[in-house]
Amino acid sequence: MPSNKPRTIIEKVWDNHIVAQREGAPAVLFIDLHLVHEVTSPQAFSGLRERGVRVRRPDLTFATVDHSTPTTPRNLPIVDQVAAAQVAQLEKNAEEFGIPYFGFQDRNQGIVHVIGPEQGLTQPGMTVVCGDSHTATHGAFGALAFGIGTSEVEMVLATQCLLQRPSKTFEVNVEGTLKPGVSAKDIILALCAKIGIGGGTGCVFEFTGSAIRSLSMEERMTVCNMSIEAGARAGLIAPDEKTYEYIKGRKFAPQGEAWDQAVAFWKTLPTDEGATYDHSVRIDADTLEPMITFGTNPGMGMAISGAVPDPAAQQDPLERESLRKALQYMNLEAGQPIAGQKIDVVFIGSCTNSRMTDLRAAASVLAGRKVNPGVRMMVVPGSQEIKRQAEAEGLDRVFREAGAEWREAGCSMCIAMNGDQLSPGQYSVSTSNRNFEGRQGKGGRTFLASPLTAAASAVTGVVTDVRSL
Amino acid sequence: MQIHSTVAVLPNDNIDTDQIIPARFLKTISKEGLGDQLFFDWRYNADGSPKADFVLNTPAAKASKVLLAGDNFGCGSSREHAPWALTQYGLQAVLSTSFADIFKQNSLKNRLLPIVMPKEAHTALFAALGENPALAVTIDLPAQTLTWPGGPVVTFPIDAFAKDCLLQGVDEIGYVLKQEAAIATFEAGRSLSLNTLI
Repeated sequence: MPSNKPRTIIEKVWDNHIVAQREGAPAVLFIDLHLVHEVTSPQAFSGLRERGVRVRRPDLTFATVDHSTPTTPRNLPIVDQVAAAQVAQLEKNAEEFGIPYFGFQDRNQGIVHVIGPEQGLTQPGMTVVCGDSHTATHGAFGALAFGIGTSEVEMVLATQCLLQRPSKTFEVNVEGTLKPGVSAKDIILALCAKIGIGGGTGCVFEFTGSAIRSLSMEERMTVCNMSIEAGARAGLIAPDEKTYEYIKGRKFAPQGEAWDQAVAFWKTLPTDEGATYDHSVRIDADTLEPMITFGTNPGMGMAISGAVPDPAAQQDPLERESLRKALQYMNLEAGQPIAGQKIDVVFIGSCTNSRMTDLRAAASVLAGRKVNPGVRMMVVPGSQEIKRQAEAEGLDRVFREAGAEWREAGCSMCIAMNGDQLSPGQYSVSTSNRNFEGRQGKGGRTFLASPLTAAASAVTGVVTDVRSL
Repeated sequence: MQIHSTVAVLPNDNIDTDQIIPARFLKTISKEGLGDQLFFDWRYNADGSPKADFVLNTPAAKASKVLLAGDNFGCGSSREHAPWALTQYGLQAVLSTSFADIFKQNSLKNRLLPIVMPKEAHTALFAALGENPALAVTIDLPAQTLTWPGGPVVTFPIDAFAKDCLLQGVDEIGYVLKQEAAIATFEAGRSLSLNTLI
């Protein structure tokens, strides 16, 4: 419990939420915000019915549909009957249990991790959970936000609490100034490449340093979003004036006197001088290059000017075999430069990179240019609100005139559950978060990169460093 | 809880949940019927026929309750469909040098033991199974040991609370529901601005 010992923000948020702590048992941790989507919740609601238990705090629970939903015009029905049934089930569950619900036709529907901050639901110092591993996105606001499984979704619905042990703390210090063409996505891809996909297992990241401070809230969300891809269950950034500015006036933000109280509280959250972390790593923003993955997990990444590594150079036999299998799946040769690799699809979207900053970055590259005739480019805004905002700025026209598809909000080709997918053997440059085998469609091959890199590659039809355009 | 079984071997590091069960199978609203979809894209040809050379299609693996895999098993998404699919296939334990956090939690809630082995013992077990694929291991949960003929006694860590829940059949949700008074007290003590969103 709180003492005079200097604490990190991670420890402060943890301490603030301990409901009960029996010796030898995990803490009962209170959850401030529970976000629910159609894929990982149906079995949890079934469990509640079997127990005869209500949702304890429907006022702290929010539901939307994003994963299984098509990104075709909203006046069309959901053709996939299995997906339609899943969406209908969430609608039924939300109604039966009295949970606020942004449905398929709702003007505020969107990717769960996009709409939380957009509505002002996500606030500093909160505990936020969702049955989705990219819940760390909300950490950009100084919230302790992490993904949970369906059994834990059921527990939070029933009790508004989770049984948890504290994680280790891990500082990711990013100092310096990003060069033109280098963005937030490159910071997090560089971290994944540096410490590997399991490097943060058992830890919560705190991202610190001048390069992190200089990022906008949307860019901070991109960084925190992929904490899980470096193994950490959560990643967060201490709140500052940018955070308060972003939240102020949003639908669920505190108002009036409550706002002043909230800001005063939020200002107590940043890590104390002299607090220590269990682990730390440094990334030099000044020398960072645009990053891209070449393999079949997000840790298999490198600078876009680099060459595909050689499995023969790996010492550990299992690592050598994993790399060999990855290159075989990707059909890439050891030693080949990654730039210049032919591609078939470009996807701009996902909870990682589907916000206004991302769309503006992609549009800035495409303005006055055309998508290569050999490339299908899809642009999928993260929410209906972002879609309207982008259209008000004319970004949709930039995309359409360049030859890209401008679609409705959802997870889309990041997880390829909704019909938006690669064909076997196709290559994509994608702004999403996972390049696992088949992630974007069975047999599909994914290069993860920033919106700038993705848009530049769409223009040329090959993996392209935006600075060379 | 003791498991005595032959071992199916998947010698890959970083086996992610998209391989364990591809996302297109997550449109179900049930927990059932996932065993046939386990490792679907590694296990079946494009025409739906099983790949004869994939380990989980062999009669020996089908009889195994234990899977040995490379480092960082279960990385990726939070889908609990992964342990559901593994247990419905017939597995009761996975052996690795480490597990992704969410997968580990999900497994313990579904009576699938995520057993973390020291690197040296992990390498030794791979070698022993290379020499004798019919080798059986014994997992003793109360003693927290993993053994096999000719091998060391490997002690594995497991969260003490999770172990108790597994051995005594404690329902974790029921355990927290019983702490209603503490939850209500906690809520009452919070400032209004933090206590409700709507």
